[in-house]
Amino acid sequence: MRRSQVPFAVLCAILGVGLVLPLLTGASPFNFWLEVLLGGLMAGVLYSLIALGFVLIFKASGVFNFAQGAMVLFAALAVARMAERMPLWAAILLAVLIMVALAYVIERLVLRPLVNQEGVTLLMATLGLTYFIDGFGQTVWGSDIYRINLGISREPVMVMEGLIEGGILINRDDVAAAIVAMLLVATLALFFQKTATGRALRAVADDHQAAQSIGIPLNRIWVIVWAVAGVVAIVAGVIWGARLGVQFSISLVALKALPVVILGGFTSVPGAIIGGLIIGAGEKMAEVFLGPPLVKMFDLAGGGIENWFAYMLALLFLLVRPEGLFGERHIDRV
Amino acid sequence: MATPAEAVRAPAGRPEPASAPQRRIGEVIMAVEGVSLAFGGVRALAEVSFDVREREVRAIIGPNGAGKSSMLNVINGVYHPDRGTIRILHGGQWREYHDMKPHDAASMGVARTFQNIALFKGMTVLENIMTGRALRMRSSLLAQALRIGPAEREEIEHREKVERIIDFLEIQAHRKTPVGRLPYGLQKRVDLGRALAAEPRILLLDEPMAGMNLEEKQDMCRFILDANDQLGTTIVLIEHDMGVVMDISDRVVVLDYGRKIADGSPDEVRANQAVIDAYLGASH
Repeated sequence: MRRSQVPFAVLCAILGVGLVLPLLTGASPFNFWLEVLLGGLMAGVLYSLIALGFVLIFKASGVFNFAQGAMVLFAALAVARMAERMPLWAAILLAVLIMVALAYVIERLVLRPLVNQEGVTLLMATLGLTYFIDGFGQTVWGSDIYRINLGISREPVMVMEGLIEGGILINRDDVAAAIVAMLLVATLALFFQKTATGRALRAVADDHQAAQSIGIPLNRIWVIVWAVAGVVAIVAGVIWGARLGVQFSISLVALKALPVVILGGFTSVPGAIIGGLIIGAGEKMAEVFLGPPLVKMFDLAGGGIENWFAYMLALLFLLVRPEGLFGERHIDRV
Repeated sequence: MATPAEAVRAPAGRPEPASAPQRRIGEVIMAVEGVSLAFGGVRALAEVSFDVREREVRAIIGPNGAGKSSMLNVINGVYHPDRGTIRILHGGQWREYHDMKPHDAASMGVARTFQNIALFKGMTVLENIMTGRALRMRSSLLAQALRIGPAEREEIEHREKVERIIDFLEIQAHRKTPVGRLPYGLQKRVDLGRALAAEPRILLLDEPMAGMNLEEKQDMCRFILDANDQLGTTIVLIEHDMGVVMDISDRVVVLDYGRKIADGSPDEVRANQAVIDAYLGASH
């Protein structure tokens, strides 16, 4: 192992030990520990989906799209409100069309005039987009809390009673969400690897200038990428909305995707997925198992670990491994 | 002493100019007219004009900083000239460009390679060369995604063309290797392959021999001349290694400080006093 990797290895070891410590010390029965872990991973799936939108756009256009969270909110609002008047599948299909149209408009009115501008300029533009999409969504669809009903029972079921003492409780809709998310990721991976357009997308992500010189039209690629990010936003928005209701806070919780991409690497699709799962599981475990001992030891009020854990972890990663788990390491010639 | 240029002559297997009369070379298919370009206060190109004939090997040479790369980037649509035009014959019609886009150039049948190899590093050799066929992909996004009828057939056709290029460049063994892992000389070959995959009429080569050893230079010369002979591709290439260029080119433009100082056959250019001064340094 290279010496530069030692701090990273230490961090990973601490995280790994922290994960199993409650079991080793007997502080928690196995079934409860597993329930907490699974619950965390389920939340992580959502973080992954939002982070995936970030990564797709960042790879293909170098734009750090602050508006991804707003796009999730917008998509969720669209589906929730349209589903009041039509079947859910029709609402989702229509939402896909809306997100594609949104991608087209964004490319035409925001990205194209700003091509070749500094990254900061583009970031500011997406910051503006965030507020516009948030506000516009509420103008069109309303600002109450809406429900999306997937038609899956929210009753938790007991599984693996024979295998594990006490069995574990899981939610059916969580399992459905995880399956949908996996299917989406697999579809995207196939699309990127196996189609000509996917190849063109990877080419643009790799080298803009070379891609242009072989006749790949950047503008069209950007529309496709933003549209794909829009579709990912629909999936995230529907899953989220079904669990917690569609409301403005979605746009804020989506900021959790920032530590996820720092963890996973800005340009890595697998990184977004695994980063999301680590953050989701990590913050839940920390909240449940790290909170109570802290409360006991220092007589604190406790709680709230969930809110900062992800960012603290991202900060540590920035210190020991700035390129993230799967990001490209930058080696500059001097 | 055998210079690289003399050494490449034999493997290139190209007839001497005497035995190959001008029949090979056709009409003018591209013309650069009065192109000027400045970056801030720095004059990169000043009133440069020249033309390119069908199936010729046209070289642009000059000392470092002479404006060669700028010229190539103008033809390719990366830079937009402050003054002047690029005219390209396409489908029997002259198209005139003042601010061409790289995409326009590509769709006019102009492909290029890069001095600092700009391959897609995460992709394999095969995938990189397949991207070269981007402009010829006709099937819709949906058809590709679902792999229905025409999309599948199209992919197979493109794959056949690409395999032929891989054979042509003798890189069969590296087909599935990510290009980032290949040695420099082979990366240059893949770069050429990606450009050839577009079946260009005009191929722009930006210092194709830069940083190569003698053997690699010989190979590269052979591929360039073969592409020219067998595929009938018009070649426009930049080099500052004068020896190699003089040997494979039909006509040479010489730039110095952004100005054209000579234009003609290699022998004429070699004898030109202004060129000798520019390369060896003259006492003014």
